Amino acid sequence: MKLPHPRGPLSDAVITLVSSSPDAQTRIDEVARDAVDASTDLATDDDVQLALYVMNELAYRGFDGVDDDWEWDPELLRARRIVETAFEDALRRVVQVPSDVPPERSEVAAALFAMTAPAPGPSVARYVAKRATREQLDEFLVLRSIYQLKEADPHTWAIPRLTGGPKAALVEIQADEYGGGDPERMHCELFARTMRGAGLDADYGAYVERIPAITLAALNLMSLFGLHRRLRGATAGHLAAFEMTSSLPNRLYGDGFRRHGFDEGTTLYFDEHVEADAVHEQIAGRDLAGALAQQEPELCHDILFGAAACLYLDDLAGEHTLSAWTAGGSALRAIA
Amino acid sequence: MTGTRPTTIVACPDGPILVRGDAQIVDEDGKPVERRRATVALCRCGASAIKPYCDGTHKAIGFSAP
Ligand code: FES
Ligand SMILES: [Fe+2]
Ligand SMILES: [Fe+2]
Repeated sequence: MKLPHPRGPLSDAVITLVSSSPDAQTRIDEVARDAVDASTDLATDDDVQLALYVMNELAYRGFDGVDDDWEWDPELLRARRIVETAFEDALRRVVQVPSDVPPERSEVAAALFAMTAPAPGPSVARYVAKRATREQLDEFLVLRSIYQLKEADPHTWAIPRLTGGPKAALVEIQADEYGGGDPERMHCELFARTMRGAGLDADYGAYVERIPAITLAALNLMSLFGLHRRLRGATAGHLAAFEMTSSLPNRLYGDGFRRHGFDEGTTLYFDEHVEADAVHEQIAGRDLAGALAQQEPELCHDILFGAAACLYLDDLAGEHTLSAWTAGGSALRAIA
Repeated sequence: MTGTRPTTIVACPDGPILVRGDAQIVDEDGKPVERRRATVALCRCGASAIKPYCDGTHKAIGFSAP
């Protein structure tokens, strides 16, 4: 994908740096420090979240014309660490984590199901099912595309960091995410098909300029958890929360697209998730997160934190979308 | 691979029945039901819209398994 345009001093420094050759010796840690210190809310800070997104993306697919060596450049890693530490600290301060959960398989699974229990009231999924206009469906897909076109990849980082039952459980889920070995059924490919069905560009990162900070933050959270072995418990909890809040909304997303007359190929992504995630949530709750808490009890808090942080940012992203739509506006970032 | 691991059936607390391994899922006339993944979840609450598979509805209706 192409490098995005900067959204402030830090993303400008990062993007300028990676556009040069990796022996450039430019220090950007002070710019990073200033940016996080000046930020009033990191999760909705366009400059900081875009900078982190660009730094993380070097570990996935990189950018056109950017030297792959930037991934392990000490200066860039120093800047990334400053941003990650501030982001993680901020989340640990605001996110409510249940504190009385013993590190036992069934207790942890029950706690995760309780945290993710379906709630009544307005939601993006209900809005999409009943009210969303054709343009809002496009916006919905564009917002999701920044993660869904590389769906499952951030959690896959945790596989070599787990052992035994929890590792097997994660592989069992991820194998299904990757289409059981059939490239046509990989969830990222099904999503691409949905985008093309709606007449959108399904190239990874095509719409990055339109993605608001809070949506980048939700993806950056997965990358933060995935890229650090220390946070493998948080990855397990994040995946569990993600799977547990998926089947029912995907039914509603599919309804919204059917309401607008889209064919089965276009809604397949959603229909697949209704069925798949009803399986995945069971595996993720007990065999992955629950069993991991039992195997490595010191990870129990992080497992629950990972789930709570997922829900926290997804709620904020959902509120952002809904408030824009109900006010008759766009949920996408305005570009000049 | 086939046959090295027995088919397993797990009743999830207040949720579906997970089936792993090559059990054939058939309808009441004995016709095979399409199976799209290695591990499937069979609805136990009766409320799924994609029976015989689970679609998560058991959570919305507060299903509690006997
Ligand atoms: S058991 Fe999940 S919908 Fe019936
Ligand atoms: Fe998926
Ligand atoms: Fe899934």
